[in-house]
Amino acid sequence: MSMADHTSEKKAFRLSMLIYDTRYRSITIQVIALIALVAVGAWLVSNTLSNLEALDKELGFGFLKEPSSYDINQRLIEYDSRSSHGRAAIVGILNTLLVAAMGCILATILGVTAGVARLSKNWIISRLMTVYIEMFRNIPVLLWIVLIMAVYIESLPVPRSFKGDNATSSMLFGDAVAVTNRGIYFPKPLFNDGSMIVLATFILSLVGIWFFGRWAKKRQAATGEILPTGWIKTGIFFVPAILMFFIMGQPIGLEYPVFKGFNFKGGYQMRNSLIALWLALSFYTGSFIAEAVRAGIQAVSKGQSEAAAALGLRPKRIMSLVILPQALRVIIPPLISQYLNLTKNSSLAIVVGYMDITATLGGITLNQTGREMESLLLLMGMYLSISITVSIGMNWYNESIKMRER
Amino acid sequence: MTTQSYVRTEMLGEKPPPSSQVGIVKWARENLFSSVPNIIMSILSIWAIYYILSGILPWIFQSSWNATSLHGCRDSIAATYGEGTEGACWSVIRERWQQLLFGFYPKELYWRPVAALILLFVAISPILFTAVPRKVMLFSMVYPFLGFWLLWGGSIWLPLSAIAGFAIGYAALIMLPKIIGNLGATIAAGLLPIIYWLFVSGPVISGLNGIAPIGIEGVDSDEMGGFMLSIIIGVSGIALSLPIGILLALGRQSPLFIVKTICVSFIEFIRGVPLITLLFVASVLLNYFLPPGTSFDLILRVIIMVTFFAAAYMAEVIRGGLAALPKGQYEAADALGLDYWKATRLIIMPQALKISIPNIVSNFIGLFKDTTLVSIIGLLDPMGLARAIPADQNWNGIVWEIYAFIAVLFWIFTFGMSRYSMYLERKLATGH
Repeated sequence: MSMADHTSEKKAFRLSMLIYDTRYRSITIQVIALIALVAVGAWLVSNTLSNLEALDKELGFGFLKEPSSYDINQRLIEYDSRSSHGRAAIVGILNTLLVAAMGCILATILGVTAGVARLSKNWIISRLMTVYIEMFRNIPVLLWIVLIMAVYIESLPVPRSFKGDNATSSMLFGDAVAVTNRGIYFPKPLFNDGSMIVLATFILSLVGIWFFGRWAKKRQAATGEILPTGWIKTGIFFVPAILMFFIMGQPIGLEYPVFKGFNFKGGYQMRNSLIALWLALSFYTGSFIAEAVRAGIQAVSKGQSEAAAALGLRPKRIMSLVILPQALRVIIPPLISQYLNLTKNSSLAIVVGYMDITATLGGITLNQTGREMESLLLLMGMYLSISITVSIGMNWYNESIKMRER
Repeated sequence: MTTQSYVRTEMLGEKPPPSSQVGIVKWARENLFSSVPNIIMSILSIWAIYYILSGILPWIFQSSWNATSLHGCRDSIAATYGEGTEGACWSVIRERWQQLLFGFYPKELYWRPVAALILLFVAISPILFTAVPRKVMLFSMVYPFLGFWLLWGGSIWLPLSAIAGFAIGYAALIMLPKIIGNLGATIAAGLLPIIYWLFVSGPVISGLNGIAPIGIEGVDSDEMGGFMLSIIIGVSGIALSLPIGILLALGRQSPLFIVKTICVSFIEFIRGVPLITLLFVASVLLNYFLPPGTSFDLILRVIIMVTFFAAAYMAEVIRGGLAALPKGQYEAADALGLDYWKATRLIIMPQALKISIPNIVSNFIGLFKDTTLVSIIGLLDPMGLARAIPADQNWNGIVWEIYAFIAVLFWIFTFGMSRYSMYLERKLATGH
């Protein structure tokens, strides 16, 4: 019977079943979607090729090896105008990562502080934080970047005022740091012979701190005794490295910035564009993080802290052992997406002249070489790979902190 | 027996609470000075507020409104408030506020963008307020064409002919099923308007223009600017991205592998790159992808890329709404025997969209703020004008006043919208 049905079904296959039979319909739809995609793709590619041909342009990434002939004033690696466009792009991506990393750190500090302070019982503090959050969240970040750059240039002394005997401004920390409206100058560490040993000692003591922490935890679990881990860890952090520093005869020195001619020479310079961008991105993103933090803390039900108090935990421990772990589960995903937003917003560096990847590869290189297609593809690829790396990491993290329900 | 009693027969009047427990003193004690760290923080905050306000308020109020140049401003401030006073030069706003709002739109035609904005509110009122009669929705459907016509002007036949295309598609969907079946009708409803727009509409428009040249004065895209441009880009980006976003979200949820892959790749690609790179694509690359010889104006190209950008984010918002629906809703729709599109249209989407409205609004706020990026590719939105105005000899060197004006306007818009979305969230919270 069933055999007969089966064969009759096979025989009775009609073309309309491709659409009306749910068994085949999904395949039909997908095939149509694929054909449409390929067709659109082919149309775009053929348009592009004929357009490029009309303009006598060829696709290729050879231009990355040509000398760039432009200068980048804020850089982390060696670069000059004879370096290649490829190297300029690397300088750019490092600059993007630099401002993104600095921004994420400061934004987290600001955001967590503001988010917690907004829940404070102190009326004036919570109002102040509300004003901060609403002000920064509701005004475009581009405007903030430009405004903070303008404030920075207006309000800080020009380098010239540090000059001569009747200087109107003075350097901070015993002639080590100069805060000017062109940027902040600070000492550069000089590594002489033997500095490697000091660094190695320092890294070893970091490893030591980690092992000590594990041991102390185990011990506490076994015996119930609580060691003053904070003090001991601080000791391990400083003492061996400082001892080794003096034993090796102070191999690490500092090169101070000195005023020469019209500007400071020596040391490191953090350009005003970097500082303005950093502050603007941090304050802007910080206001969003503050909201995420507030939502996270409010998401932990009051019963949790009351139960913890009933168990006899002290307020500090309630915060660190009960509230925070649960709040973090809510806070971390939006936090990461804010980090990503900050990284993407750092592409606005172009308005203050900070040479990030958008300004080098998508700006000057694009304009000089006329390789719009390749430059923009590469630029988008760079941002995309940052985003995808972070979201893979985040998925992994989400998976690992997911509530284990029975 | 005496009538002596040890029980009080009359009540004593209530005494006022101690002065430290009432009014502002109690409030301050509880809220500002409850502990030592609190006292320190309160004092520091009050000092910070005083410091900031004492710097900004005199600047705002010791200002000049009537000068015609920055020099004039400085002179009049020095004359009124004494030599060496730093004050705002609001005269530049007084002189240029129309430009900041409308760009270089012809002055005598300002009523058109204003009318378009007012009608926009009428068009979205059925979505915002449930009390508005449903028939207004018909106007909402016509509004995009009306708004376009009001802003850009030109012949009335162009928007009417565009509407006719949709009408043809709709008519095909209603009439044809009896003749060529449901499937054929759907395909025809998709194809006929496209054929009409590509081949028929052009001659029809020029013919009608020849017969009855009805129209209003046309305005070029380069004359658009200021907040009007931000609103045009923001509103059209959100409106166009809504249907695309819904399709992408459905595609992402779909069990069909290829469809899902396409949607996921599109969404993740767009969300992974900054908007500014997409705007670069709009300004230098988009023309490469189109057949040789076609050329759009920059605003249209920007709107296309902004729509893609917003659609990817919209898709994620709607996916959140879809995920928040209880599974029972899907199962109930299946149990009623509804097919996929009917279930989606009648059961799933109304609920999912309702859940997502607050997020759609905050998406819109984000997009509206992001429209300032178009200044980087040379459009004259408020930020672009803020750089263009100081290029005028009279206003050379002016910085703060224009930025302050832009910031305040943006703030009012976005803060208003965020409050509205909070109100919606409360109103739509039908749970416990």
